[in-house]
Amino acid sequence: MSVQERVFEIVASQLGVDQDKITMESSFVNDLGADSLDTVELVMELEEEFDIDIPEDAADKIETVGQAIKFIEEAKNS
Amino acid sequence: MKRRVVVTGLGIVTSLSHRLDEFWTKLTAGESGIHELKLFDTSKFKVNFGGDVHDWRPTEYFDSKELNRIDRFTQFAMVGAVDAINDSKIEFSNYDSFRCGVILGSGIGGLQTIEDQVERLLMKGPDRVSPMTIPKLMLNAAGGNISIRYGLRGPNFTVATACASATNAIGDAMKAIQYDEADVMITGGTEAAITPMGMSAFANMRALSTRNDDPAKASRPFDLGRDGFVMSEGAGIVVLEELESAKARGATIYAELVGYGCSGDAGHITSPDEEGRGASRAMQNALNDGALNANCIDYINAHGTSTPPGDVAETKAIKNVFGEHAYQLSVSSTKSALGHSLGASGGIEMIISIMAMKTSTVPPTINLEDPDPKCDLDYTPNVAKTRELNFAMSNSFGFGGHNASVIVGKYKE
Repeated sequence: MSVQERVFEIVASQLGVDQDKITMESSFVNDLGADSLDTVELVMELEEEFDIDIPEDAADKIETVGQAIKFIEEAKNS
Repeated sequence: MKRRVVVTGLGIVTSLSHRLDEFWTKLTAGESGIHELKLFDTSKFKVNFGGDVHDWRPTEYFDSKELNRIDRFTQFAMVGAVDAINDSKIEFSNYDSFRCGVILGSGIGGLQTIEDQVERLLMKGPDRVSPMTIPKLMLNAAGGNISIRYGLRGPNFTVATACASATNAIGDAMKAIQYDEADVMITGGTEAAITPMGMSAFANMRALSTRNDDPAKASRPFDLGRDGFVMSEGAGIVVLEELESAKARGATIYAELVGYGCSGDAGHITSPDEEGRGASRAMQNALNDGALNANCIDYINAHGTSTPPGDVAETKAIKNVFGEHAYQLSVSSTKSALGHSLGASGGIEMIISIMAMKTSTVPPTINLEDPDPKCDLDYTPNVAKTRELNFAMSNSFGFGGHNASVIVGKYKE
């Protein structure tokens, strides 16, 4: 499974939304209904899944699904 | 002048059933809800049975996100509340939301959440502890979530008096309506403490029955062979309304809530007062609160947990309060069939008391085969009894020395 597929799956299950409603442009807060607790939990899930570290200041800048995927891909390649 | 309070909706989650009609059929038929635990591997545990709701799949009530954000004890409470509210057919949009509230009881709260997150803390470090931990484990999460789902902005708090929690909560909710702070209250209790920590801690207190070879026979209140209580879980939630507003909307009235009393033992943190002085006072206070003579009570749903000292103390307390009439009463402990769901038990047992009145059927104390000579009342052994009931009392006593009694009566104009 690609990074994108895995992220879509985690986002769908964490936020209780259908996977086909998620796009690269979806905003976690505005489009997918995440609140501050969801956001922290989601970051934690992504850190676990991809075995990476997402520092708080970096996490604060991630607003869309696409930005999250980009961050993960860069972190994994570095 | 106190306003009158009636019960208009019932919702229940137990190991026997979470559908009220099926639950009542099984309970009055003498069926046991106690079995080998299936929630987790109990092979290393002193006690491997109880009344877990092992077929629990509440997907029709919650989406995956909501489920992720609430502990099992909150799930039970919310399902009980949804069922009770649907049963009452109340439409909250017709009410001032600040006049509708939620007062629940829970003894322990989100124990499984605590255990899960402690494991993460120790295994994976502090950065991996879920941000949902506190909002899931806190005792008031159940009441908070119910208020959010229905937009109820009236009195909202949670009572923690161990196994008396639900009954104290019901009493407080009743008062909120009596004294004109609210018109509608959601109340009752919830508990989900069948976890590795819960089962080992209660077992090591020697509070639990260890009859592993015959779980359905383990809870045997008032029987000589009793050896402790049996852990169970669930919720019992009711809708209370002020009488006139219930009548005005044409609500079906199950019963009137007529009296409530409570007290503290101030003795030992877990053992009951041997003479049942605190329990007596709670029952007497409930009678006084309802301006009822002791002879009016037809049925007592006993706390009756099947512990050696508790059942004797409660029997003494009933005799203290009711004198000769104690022998005319029908008494039963439905924990014989359901086990002890701690902070939920008072909610479930008030619903049972109401159903007993409504159907003129006293549910039995099952497994009462060899009565303890110190327990000499009519505990409705093994077989349900047909009896017209006008007033029923439900008793709940908790660790900490908390005693609470409520009285429900048949609704009459």
